[in-house]
Amino acid sequence: MANKLIVTAAPHITSPDSTQKIMQRVCLALVPTLIASVIIFGINALAITAVTVAACVFFEWAYCKMMGREVPVGDFSAVVTGLLLAFNLPATLPWWMAVVGAFIAIVIVKQLFGGLGYNFANPAIVARIALAVGFASRMATYPKPANGIDALASATPLAVAGQVGSESYVTLLLGTHGGVLGETCAITILLGGIYLIVTKAISPMIPVTYLATVAVLSLVAGKDPIVQLLSGGLMLGAFFMATDYVTSPTTDKGKLVFGIGLGVITCAIRFLGTMNEGVSFAILLMNLVVPYIDVLTRQDKLGIAKAKKNKEAEAK
Amino acid sequence: MSKFLKRSAQGAEVPHEKKTSNLETVVMPLPSKIVLSMSQHIGAPAAPAVAKGDQVYVGTVVGKSGGFVSSDIHSGVSGVVDGITTITAPNGAVQTAVVIIPDGEQKVDPAVAAPEVTDLKSFQDAVRASGLVGLGGAGFPAAVKLSPKNLDEIDTLIINGAECEPYITSDNRCLIEDTHFILSGVKAVMKYLNIPKCVIGIEANKPEAIAKMKDAIDVPGIEVKTLACRYPQGAEKVLIENCSGREVPFPGLPSDVGVIVMNVTSVAFVGKYLETGMPLVTKRLTVEGDIVKEPKNVEVIIGTPIQELLDFCGGLTDEPGKVLYGGPMMGNCVADLSQPILKNNNAVMAFSKKWAHIPKETNCIHCGRCTNACPLGLSAKEIVQAYNDGNVELLQELNADLCMSCGTCSFVCPAKRPLAPSIALAKIMMKNGGKK
Repeated sequence: MANKLIVTAAPHITSPDSTQKIMQRVCLALVPTLIASVIIFGINALAITAVTVAACVFFEWAYCKMMGREVPVGDFSAVVTGLLLAFNLPATLPWWMAVVGAFIAIVIVKQLFGGLGYNFANPAIVARIALAVGFASRMATYPKPANGIDALASATPLAVAGQVGSESYVTLLLGTHGGVLGETCAITILLGGIYLIVTKAISPMIPVTYLATVAVLSLVAGKDPIVQLLSGGLMLGAFFMATDYVTSPTTDKGKLVFGIGLGVITCAIRFLGTMNEGVSFAILLMNLVVPYIDVLTRQDKLGIAKAKKNKEAEAK
Repeated sequence: MSKFLKRSAQGAEVPHEKKTSNLETVVMPLPSKIVLSMSQHIGAPAAPAVAKGDQVYVGTVVGKSGGFVSSDIHSGVSGVVDGITTITAPNGAVQTAVVIIPDGEQKVDPAVAAPEVTDLKSFQDAVRASGLVGLGGAGFPAAVKLSPKNLDEIDTLIINGAECEPYITSDNRCLIEDTHFILSGVKAVMKYLNIPKCVIGIEANKPEAIAKMKDAIDVPGIEVKTLACRYPQGAEKVLIENCSGREVPFPGLPSDVGVIVMNVTSVAFVGKYLETGMPLVTKRLTVEGDIVKEPKNVEVIIGTPIQELLDFCGGLTDEPGKVLYGGPMMGNCVADLSQPILKNNNAVMAFSKKWAHIPKETNCIHCGRCTNACPLGLSAKEIVQAYNDGNVELLQELNADLCMSCGTCSFVCPAKRPLAPSIALAKIMMKNGGKK
């Protein structure tokens, strides 16, 4: 036949959304926070972000080239990882350490397990933890805001929470206090998070249950819930790190369990442990149990429970 | 909230593209030949009741029903049987078909007369004789559907006017143009099957149809329900849940929850048939697509070759990439344009090669959109994974066989993975006990 027709299985149309577009939206949602970090910590914040993004994209490209895999840099997932990794580093961190972090995130956590969709935990979280353990003093050296060039040890608000001179709510909202570069400004993180929820890139389930659990447990423990919510990596973690598709449950039920679990572990580390900050470890630990949550929180399928009930009734 | 956690079943926001919704149905002139497949329904194929050279008339039975779950096939033209041949259906099955060359007279078979219907039995016989099959797409013989085992438990008739497929507007035109036939059909079904209540479900994007139908209703017990525009709103189980709040058990039938569902076009045909006695020989189709010169709603004689139908719509403006029976979500690809129109077709779509371009598949990112969109609460990504692993036990646990192939999962997948076709293969693997 001269005029051959294409024959494929239905459906013949797909939604205009794609992995690439979702990742681009996440990048866009992170931009306000990046701008805030540059204002708060100076140009160094931008420089270190550029380094991690470039390193992440390079490692993804180089690894795939070496392994003869198709290069997926176009999907923007490495850019997201690079941005999130930078947001988890102090602006004064030596660049080579940031590159080590990018290597851990992209090569060890993501590509060695099979690339996008196969990583067991959030690459940026694991890289942050690895750096925090490996370069403990440099990772805990937070620059003082508005004096970003000098590396001055400044405790995060969490370390001083409850003590005299604790940061005010306004300082916490604006992020003009010590911390890693992307986690301090609660307002811009919230802005980005809401953008992602409105554009349906993420479901509000995880951030809402996570934050609510932390707030409730703070009250129970006699801490100021607002300080707890606004300090440390909680906001960034709740909206951007815990919602990573690959390492979070798929159903609403699963997300609920996941969010509560995150809140409990975070509070346990913050209130009972010796560390000030528990968000990274909470996310890592919950990432590891996601496959189990997924299996245990499947949706009720239409008509299945009913048919079972009918059968049981008949048996009686 | 509890329902929300149970099953999100969001469906998909498919594009509407209902550009033909205001185009009044036009009647297509006689084609040069008609090809009547003997398998235009679910169930046993019909057996040819004519031989080469036989004279047939409009309404003459040319295929005799092959069993209880089967249907008669009638000629839509008067003319001479050219022969019995075979055609290859879109699913690859080779089917017997009767080819008739029209003589242009369109003489009606003397046997065609309004049926005498007095009770349930004569009503069911009339529907059986009419050759009606489910016109929404499934093609299930209507007489069988109207003979449920638990007739006394049926209390609701649901009429499916959702038409959630993009592009297609033939049901919309039916609601607007055949309102009185729908109503008389509904009344007949309610009367003879003793059903007290009827809900006509129509998606909100058909305001004219909703208004016209609401206006026409003159008896209590029949109501029009405006449904949200969410694909697949017109899927039987989804429609039942949204119109009556009842959940059809699986395995099970709508009659298990006291419901019978009929498509608007089917019930309009019942109304018309009781008045005229003319069996199912024509069909209203939406002819659309980016390369169809003049998209139309056409009343066409069943068996008309697709090529002639497309020619009637001004032909194609570009080389076709894909031609579909039905809409882009659930429609089947046609392999060649000599294929005939079938009873259960409601649209023919012709699209360019550019439109038919298949996007590149990338890694699953576990976003869960397939799971949250599935109207039945299935997890497409898990089913496909289990299929790839050959894990039949897990497929059973995941109830892969519940899938109705609506294609919502494939549509929403941002990684463009062909989930629905993979699940269809998984269902076959379950039936074969593990063999792919």
